[in-house]
Amino acid sequence: MEITIDKQKIEVEKGKTVLEAAEENGIAIPTLCHSPFLEDVGACRMCLIEDLADGKLKTSCTTEVKDGMEVLTKSKRVEDSRRTILDLLISDHPLDCMTCEADGSCTLQDLAYQYGIERSSYGTKSEPRFKVERDNEFIELDPDKCILCGKCIRVDQDIQCSDAIDFVERGFQTKVGAASDEGLGGEDSTCVFCGQCVELCPTGALSYIPSQKKGREYNFEKTVTTCPYCGVGCQLELKTKDRKVIEVGSVYREGTPNPYGEACVKGRFGYDFINHPDRLKKPLIKRNGKFEEAEWEEALSLVAEKLTEIKDEYGGRALAGLSSAKCTNEENYLMQKFMRAVIGTNSVDHCARLCHASTVAGLVKAFGSGAMTNSISEIEGSDLIFVIGSNPTENHPVIGSKMKKAHKNRTKLIVADPRQIELSGLAEVAVQQQPGTDVALLNGLMHVIIEEGLADQEFIAERTENYEYLASVVEDYTPEKVAEITGVEAAKIKKAARLFAEADKAAIYFAMGITQHRTGTDNVLSVANLALLTGNVGRESTGVNPLRGQNNVQGACDLGALSNVYPGYQSVEDPEIKEKFARAWETEELSAEVGLTVVEIFKQAGEDIRGLYIIGENPVISDPDQRHIEEALDSLDFLVVEDIFLTETAQFADVVLPAACFAEKEGSFTNTERRIQKVNKAIGPPGEARADWKIISEISTRMGYQMNYDSPADIMAEIAEVTPIYGGIYADRLGDQGLQWPCKDREDPGTKFLHQGEFARGKGKFHPVTYIPPAEEVDDEYDYIMMTGRMLYHFHTGTMTRNSEPIDKHEPDAYLEINKKDAKKLRIKEGDRVRVTSRRGEVETNVRIGDRVQPGQIFMPFHYAESPANRLTNPVLDKDAKIPELKVTAVKIEKV
Amino acid sequence: MAAIKLSALDHIFEKYEGKKGKLIPVLHEIQEEVGYLPVEVQRYVSEKLGVAMSKIYGVISFYSFFTTEPKGEHTIGVCMGTACYVKGAEDILNRLKEELGIETGQTTADNKFTMTMTRCLGTCSMAPVIMIDDQVHGNLEAEKIPEIINKY
Repeated sequence: MEITIDKQKIEVEKGKTVLEAAEENGIAIPTLCHSPFLEDVGACRMCLIEDLADGKLKTSCTTEVKDGMEVLTKSKRVEDSRRTILDLLISDHPLDCMTCEADGSCTLQDLAYQYGIERSSYGTKSEPRFKVERDNEFIELDPDKCILCGKCIRVDQDIQCSDAIDFVERGFQTKVGAASDEGLGGEDSTCVFCGQCVELCPTGALSYIPSQKKGREYNFEKTVTTCPYCGVGCQLELKTKDRKVIEVGSVYREGTPNPYGEACVKGRFGYDFINHPDRLKKPLIKRNGKFEEAEWEEALSLVAEKLTEIKDEYGGRALAGLSSAKCTNEENYLMQKFMRAVIGTNSVDHCARLCHASTVAGLVKAFGSGAMTNSISEIEGSDLIFVIGSNPTENHPVIGSKMKKAHKNRTKLIVADPRQIELSGLAEVAVQQQPGTDVALLNGLMHVIIEEGLADQEFIAERTENYEYLASVVEDYTPEKVAEITGVEAAKIKKAARLFAEADKAAIYFAMGITQHRTGTDNVLSVANLALLTGNVGRESTGVNPLRGQNNVQGACDLGALSNVYPGYQSVEDPEIKEKFARAWETEELSAEVGLTVVEIFKQAGEDIRGLYIIGENPVISDPDQRHIEEALDSLDFLVVEDIFLTETAQFADVVLPAACFAEKEGSFTNTERRIQKVNKAIGPPGEARADWKIISEISTRMGYQMNYDSPADIMAEIAEVTPIYGGIYADRLGDQGLQWPCKDREDPGTKFLHQGEFARGKGKFHPVTYIPPAEEVDDEYDYIMMTGRMLYHFHTGTMTRNSEPIDKHEPDAYLEINKKDAKKLRIKEGDRVRVTSRRGEVETNVRIGDRVQPGQIFMPFHYAESPANRLTNPVLDKDAKIPELKVTAVKIEKV
Repeated sequence: MAAIKLSALDHIFEKYEGKKGKLIPVLHEIQEEVGYLPVEVQRYVSEKLGVAMSKIYGVISFYSFFTTEPKGEHTIGVCMGTACYVKGAEDILNRLKEELGIETGQTTADNKFTMTMTRCLGTCSMAPVIMIDDQVHGNLEAEKIPEIINKY
């Protein structure tokens, strides 16, 4: 249709607002309460326009275009009324721009400037009417600067879905407040400190506490990059000044995992580690048991010499490497290339072995590809989401929020988790299965689906194989039998099965609760079976979606930092593949034998493994059975660790090499939805620290194998040559949104969801599995089952978050969660110290009582070096994927 | 203050089950029963209705009828309508504050009186007036206040 704005005729689509039509045509209309992705409420009245049809002033953000409409955006009436509104707003706003954090990024200030309002004609606010709220480490709220536009409330309720804030009080006393008016950090506050409210605040009412007085918008240099925490891969803006990261801002960009500027507390506030004084700045060499600073030349030569010595004496297979899910794709590629082409071993692995090794093993068998089938943006399109063994609101918070948003709109939710997680509270069906009984539960669901004729027979016939075998195996798993194993009522199993099967587009999301078991691969196969049975693969908003826990664990796997595959999951045992890599890498060192995995490397340390090269991993904290890991590291002839801090693991090293962190280098990370995104350098590394790709190249070159790359882009071009799924991935193609693999060549736009029309392996294959109980069960002595995991505020071994002051101040202490009934039985109170003992060790920690865990179970986060949960865990392995059973450990608890 | 038995409120939630826009009527009925809406009650409402604590507080703080503090045995409403105001309602209010030792919105230590300000009570001919529970006391002067409150 056609409308006329300021006498200019423009074509506009039906359904648009006048504001949108104006913006699209470069006509600026001022706003305070409008945001393109929030519902418009017409609160601020700045966007008024004059409608010539009826002569009325209307808010352009809530007025839809009508054919033939004529409006004026700058008539005298319009401008006078805007000026009056600003005048009124400023009469109740402190005139303290010179000390305000928002100076330079304040819309109110900009409009006052534009309309020439130096002070209000209604008087000046001389005394504050409210108290400044800063009861937490992260966000300050000064209601005196608030203009009640409500953007913070809308982003909190509609995008973040935390419902932490709302308008409170009435009339002139109205302000933005949290539960019971006790502030964002109050006891009943549901604020998770994602900072999205601060980002959208048009004034200085909301500000970041850690960056106060450290600079304002115009003082910063800004670099868009990829978050270094979980696998969601949020795009963030690092604001830097004098080689310091001062603040993290939002990036609003369509086609990214967080298009509305979403973030979590870790991404937003977990950046202190970058400029931490304890960062490694010079290479360290251990002499007589003590670290001494050394020059790069000496340290690199020593590493090259020692590795060569061991290789010459025992062969390449006496060496192993741990690559890093925190490092870039390019660095992971180089690390595995170095271990394979220079050292001559396939014993290069990384922490994916401890998280999603079973996912890769299981999904490759079932579908032919081991990655998340669908994309993050598809969450909202699902009719049903089944979350099993995953706690997204804490571990993948931006995905958690998208699920909450989907649920708010129309998507149904089923949650299966031994703990009562946040999503359980929203779910249509929430079950708490006994730890390690997932196969039984999933078989039970499939039993009901088949028995009630709810299976997708057409899909089964056309796209799968081995169905009859599956049907025969799950036949035994009646809801009643499954109820006995899992502790979940039969009625709930039936209800969940029906809900799942009847949804047109059902998606399954899972994480460590499925994978970290000795039956991890079986669990994953069961998940895949359920999706195949109901035809929920190969279509938008469906699929089998493992949520990856590290920023680049997907990329580290993709690029072959796994002991059994070259980049792109090409088998090391395939002679043709080996030949291809031998030619590409011009080496004769390649081994045809599958290498050792993480846990196996430590089991062989001091015996078959004499030397170890670790990049950015901290197995002393992250791996099962800590005492054993420490002994293993001690028994090595040579250990070199490359890291950003002197970690618990680096303490054991002979040589420590200081590495650059994500903010200090270029490259790319691949997120959980297979999206390769750019990592951009914001500041230089501290002291003499260097990017890992440079360090690896230097060591390699010193060992006689030239690695001469000018930049990570060069390395990426080499990756594309040898890795079919990354065949079209070039640094210059990544642009603002990255690319999702598989991406065959330069023309390929990438792949949003997998297995459309055909599975990577041809047909989807059912792999029926029978239930095997966990390795450890409770007995008279060890009478509790311990689960380990992460919590919202900390990340992995804490190298980053525990070195980020506001976060560590907010959550300083290790803890275990125990049910209130057990607490009563053990006579322990909130905050008491207890000793937790397993067959492998003991730790002390603080008690948190509640009903998140069921009686007989406890949960311990593994981030804390002072109470390392992994001193207790069981290194028993899944036979296919070699993933340890981190989720089920029998322990006893005593009050200290 | 005696502990509130939360499950005793369940009949209220049952009554509104499946209905839309039930937050305000539910809070209303609970306040009738309990007398006020302490944070434990708000948490229970939040859990039962799946409404955020921030929203509940927003509603409670918006409507002056709702209170998070326990009310005294008697509620004194001091009319601040236009007629009462010009006839000296402020003097009445100040005298009440003096006699009871509390500000508006507060409750006396012996839990006897809660004092609030109200809008016009519709008895302007008797201005200035106060209302104690259901009883209107009109044509007041500040000196009459002790006598009136002593009756309770």
